[in-house]
Amino acid sequence: MARSLFDKVWDAHVVRGETRERPAVLYIDLHLIHEVTTPQACAVLKARGLKIRRPDLTLATIDHSTPTKINADGTRPYVTEQAQEQVELLLANAEEHGIQAHGWDSPYRGIVHVMGPELGATQPGQTIVCGDSHTATHGAFGALAFGIGTTQVGHVLATQCILMRKPKSMCVHVDGELADGVSAKDVILAIITEVGVGGGTGHVIEYRGPCFENMTMSERMTVCNMSIEAGARAGMIAPDATTVAYLKGREMAPVDFDTATEQWLSLASDPGCSYDKEVRLKAEDIKPMVTYGTHPGMAMPIDGLIPEDNAYMDMQAGTAIAGTKVDTVFIGSCTNSRIEDFRVAAKILDGKSVAKSVTAVFVPGSERVKAEVELEGLHEVFLAAGVQWREPGCSMCIGMNGDIGKPGELIVSTSNRNFEGRQGPGVRTVLASPATAAASAITGVITDAKKYQGHYHEFRTFQNTDLQDIGFGGGKHRH
Amino acid sequence: MVLEAENIDTDQIIPARFLTTTSREGLGELLFHDWRTDKDHMLNTDAAKTAQILVAGHNFGCGSSREHAPWALMDYGFRAVISTQIADIFHANALKNGFLPIIIEAAAHQWLLDHPGTEISIDLEACAVHLPKNGGTYPFKIDPFSRHCLLQGQDELDYLLEQGEAVTQYEKQNV
Ligand code: SF4
Repeated sequence: MARSLFDKVWDAHVVRGETRERPAVLYIDLHLIHEVTTPQACAVLKARGLKIRRPDLTLATIDHSTPTKINADGTRPYVTEQAQEQVELLLANAEEHGIQAHGWDSPYRGIVHVMGPELGATQPGQTIVCGDSHTATHGAFGALAFGIGTTQVGHVLATQCILMRKPKSMCVHVDGELADGVSAKDVILAIITEVGVGGGTGHVIEYRGPCFENMTMSERMTVCNMSIEAGARAGMIAPDATTVAYLKGREMAPVDFDTATEQWLSLASDPGCSYDKEVRLKAEDIKPMVTYGTHPGMAMPIDGLIPEDNAYMDMQAGTAIAGTKVDTVFIGSCTNSRIEDFRVAAKILDGKSVAKSVTAVFVPGSERVKAEVELEGLHEVFLAAGVQWREPGCSMCIGMNGDIGKPGELIVSTSNRNFEGRQGPGVRTVLASPATAAASAITGVITDAKKYQGHYHEFRTFQNTDLQDIGFGGGKHRH
Repeated sequence: MVLEAENIDTDQIIPARFLTTTSREGLGELLFHDWRTDKDHMLNTDAAKTAQILVAGHNFGCGSSREHAPWALMDYGFRAVISTQIADIFHANALKNGFLPIIIEAAAHQWLLDHPGTEISIDLEACAVHLPKNGGTYPFKIDPFSRHCLLQGQDELDYLLEQGEAVTQYEKQNV
């Protein structure tokens, strides 16, 4: 029978098949952990006297509660003592159990969903879990990756398995080519608007079609990242030459890379396989998108009129969203904080200044992204424009580290959730692409980046050898 | 207790800034924290404090994987939520904590939204919600394994640990 990418990855990980009475026992290849959802799970294990079954398949980072500033004396200004304790507890737990952890001294530390792919820990065909709903990001590599709660984090630590029934499948085809200036973020916002915030509930989405085939890994990650925002458990894209090229030479890439490559390329969905649900969009129809409401499905083309009143956002039906006053611009989060995102922002901001009324905060997704940006000199463009260039972490995406806005202010944000209060009590969030965010920072109002395009000055693009010069290198972190 | 809003997300249930805790105690006070800053909010009334069943609008629990969401609901005193759609991760997290995520058909849901404060009962054995005032009984679906675990007090982790040999076998062949 013709099988989809999802079927193939699922089937390869079933330890015990599902029946009417009980769910399947599914083996997990990679368990990512961070400070927020792990402590209670470790406490349960300790109380029951259980060991971690496969510390070698577990990878830890600190990202959510970590400060993005450094004090003059080199210390880090945690928002609360509790936040500091949480971070230290994660590192102590990792140390105790022999888990590879990327703490403050690691050049690889970063947002869990940025760091895993960068290290090459994320690989096609794997099952990947993390106590974090945006684990779907890793599906960009053709992995089955999804978020779990703390109880299940405990299950995976103790048994390397979870109990789960096979979700339904859904295919989102996007045919054709994107217009200039339309980014992966616009594509996924358009998809969520089409499917609805609950439309993917119970499903794993596979993204298919030329639109995704033409994307870089960074763009594919942006798309898969927000699958959960359509309610889907995971999003996946078949591995291809782009995937293989990205992984080659990464620190944790397989030793026998050629054999692995052959296996990865066999994962693509068989012709004629079926899905429980299918949705089709045309790339040509997608415009730069922004949200006007309080969930990611309330998105609209930036040149359109607001479709309905939204009291929390103070948005009125029938008015243009472009031109709405902006207080803060945030470029960051596991959705859009990779080197490509900062290149786009730098091109738009080059030689310009952030509007006086705007605070612009740019936060790289990882130490490595920070190093890449600085190698290319993009941070100089940001600093000259008046942008705050911070230390890596989740930062204003979730505000757990104290990076939040003031009540009532409007933040144009490249993150993934515009829920009420997500970026601080009373804060209004407008989700957008890095291009829209950068253009809006210059003008101080929501702005289509179109008028800033076409005048780009080319920046130097870093080479992997440059990275090696500053301490990054192949093979070091292989299991 | 009825909260009619649709798409109630995990950031409303418990805002992210309270997630730096490393235990699961006392989260009930933080439940729907930012809504409850309004002193007159329903959740601050005495009636809410004794309620055990939350009836919520369509698509409850979307957003993050934080298990703090069911922990907070339970610590506050709720034992079940009823809606017409419940997000996957919240659903799984709820069941693992013995908090019932109940999805019922739209007509019964509407009746519940229209009759806040009515006493109803949930029968897990029979998988049915009884609405005594109009005499109706509405079935709901729950995963048979979860139901078994909840009724028999079986722990899922124990079950997984029992699979140890099969897992070792799998690892020999695949990892
Ligand atoms: S950047 Fe935001 S969405 Fe991503 S892991 Fe951090 S808090 Fe979650």
